[in-house]
Order: sequence, then C-alpha cells, then structure tokens
Amino acid sequence: MAALVTNHWQLIPMRWIWIDKFTEFTPKTSATAVKNVSLAEEHLHDLFPAFPIVPHSLIVEGMAQTAGILVGEARNFAEKVILAKIGKATFHRLVRPGDTITFSAKIDQLSEQGASITGTVTVTDNGAVAPVADIELMFSHIDQNMAGLRFPAHNFVFTEQFTDLLKTYRLSSAVPL
Amino acid sequence: MAMTRDEVYKKVQGVLVDALGVDEEEVTPTATLREDLGAESIDFLDIVFRLEKAFGIKIPRGEMFPEDLFTNAQYVQNGRITPEGLVEMKKRMPHVDFSELEKDPDINKMQFTVDTVVNYIESKVNA
Repeated sequence: MAALVTNHWQLIPMRWIWIDKFTEFTPKTSATAVKNVSLAEEHLHDLFPAFPIVPHSLIVEGMAQTAGILVGEARNFAEKVILAKIGKATFHRLVRPGDTITFSAKIDQLSEQGASITGTVTVTDNGAVAPVADIELMFSHIDQNMAGLRFPAHNFVFTEQFTDLLKTYRLSSAVPL
Repeated sequence: MAMTRDEVYKKVQGVLVDALGVDEEEVTPTATLREDLGAESIDFLDIVFRLEKAFGIKIPRGEMFPEDLFTNAQYVQNGRITPEGLVEMKKRMPHVDFSELEKDPDINKMQFTVDTVVNYIESKVNA
C-alpha cells in the first residue's frame, strides 16, 4: 500500500498555482492576473486562528507567478526563470476570504541574464480599487548566471500548470465567452 | 551633458543603497561591494539593472563585472592571477585599480569597490 501511495505522489506533481487567470497579457511588457480567495483554502486558517487572512508571503508568490510567466514568455519559455530577489514588498492592507486579488506586473528590464519587474497588488473594496501591496522582483535566467553549475536540461520551472494559464487566456481573448 | 565625478558618485550611492539595503554612510569610495556591503552574486545583476535605469545607459554583459575572466583557467590558477591574466584583466577593466594585485595577484584580493563602479560609470556617461 505504501508503495502505491509513493507511486501516486510521483505521478502527480504538487499543484502550486497561485493565480486563477490572466485578464491581460502584453508580451515583453505587462501582465495582469486575478485570484479569488476562498475560505475553503487551508492556509487561510493557519496564521491567526479565527482571523483568516492571506499571508503576505503568498501575496508575493502570486506576484512572482504572474511576473514569472510574463518573463518566461518573453523568451518563449526557453529560460529557467527563478525568483532571485525581492527588492521591495510594501503592504497596505490585509486580504480576506471573499476578496479578489489583482496582480499587475510590468517588466522594467529584461536581459540575457534576467529581468526586473514592478508590481502592484489590489483588491476591490465596495466598488473601489484598494491598494494591497507594491512589490519589486528580480528574476534570474539561471542557466545564464551560475557559471559551472549544471541544471536539468528540461525546463522544470514552467510546468503545464503555468503554460496552460496562458493558453486559457489566449483562447478566451480570441473567442469571447 | 558631462557629469562631474561627485554627481556620478551621489547617484551610484543611491543605487547601492537601494540594491543592497545598506545605509548611505556605509557606501564610501573604498567600501568593497562583497565584503563591506554584503553583495551576493545576484545583486550584481540588480546593480547593473539599476545603474542602467538611473543613468540611462546600456551596460553590456561582462563589461563592468567580467565574471568570465575569473573562471578562466588560463587567467586564474590555484587562486592566483597569472601574468597573462593580469594583462587581460587590466585591458578589460580599466576602471579597476590593480596596484595591490600587481604586488600580490591573489584572486581573493580582486574586489570591486564603490570607486570601481564610479570609475566605470564616469567613463560611460562622459564618453
């Protein structure tokens, strides 16, 4: 039985996807993604019992995924794009269950070795857009930077989970639903 | 318009404060990026990006920090820079002061200082 469980986990990679869909995607320039926060998500209950909020670290992760796909697409997913540095992360308010988070990322610089982005995170509160965070991130194209270090040949960063998000966006923007 | 060394220095100081999270007074002309200011490998790319933005210039890969020279076995052997390596490094990095390395070519003494960055930027903006 244990072997079966082990095999099961080997076959199904961890589902680590922190954005629900793209609402805007301009190659090499900017991307906007949204995430709906549900009380059903386990992690919401762990930080402060009886006061469920989205941890700031996971807000940074959502921005990293939005921006990471933008940076990866800029080079046709040929590079392994790794979050290398959080230059800045300033938070203005908490995110609660029922909120829809909007992650907007803009590429500041893109080179052979990596990219830097500026991001803003917002939620809609009573019909008005309210700022959640300002985030600056740096991504490294690791094969171009770590002299002498070897990484697996396949692109382990951009799994189908991520590339499918972009496919979904392209399909939905081509054919209005 | 040409920039004075002091103008370049002030701007470089701002870039290093932002990129490395250090205090302004720590960024002295002789402070080394790695040892004194705590820069790690990824910070060098961050510094390049921020300098390009601040000064509106393009810094080609390997021009300011030519890492390829330090990993080349022809130029560095057993932790020491070879005579051939020293000639090549001086040619590729006119912005670095090699006086100490000429006395003792220990690769660990190859340190980029704030002055190194200011020299490089000054040569770019006033070219």
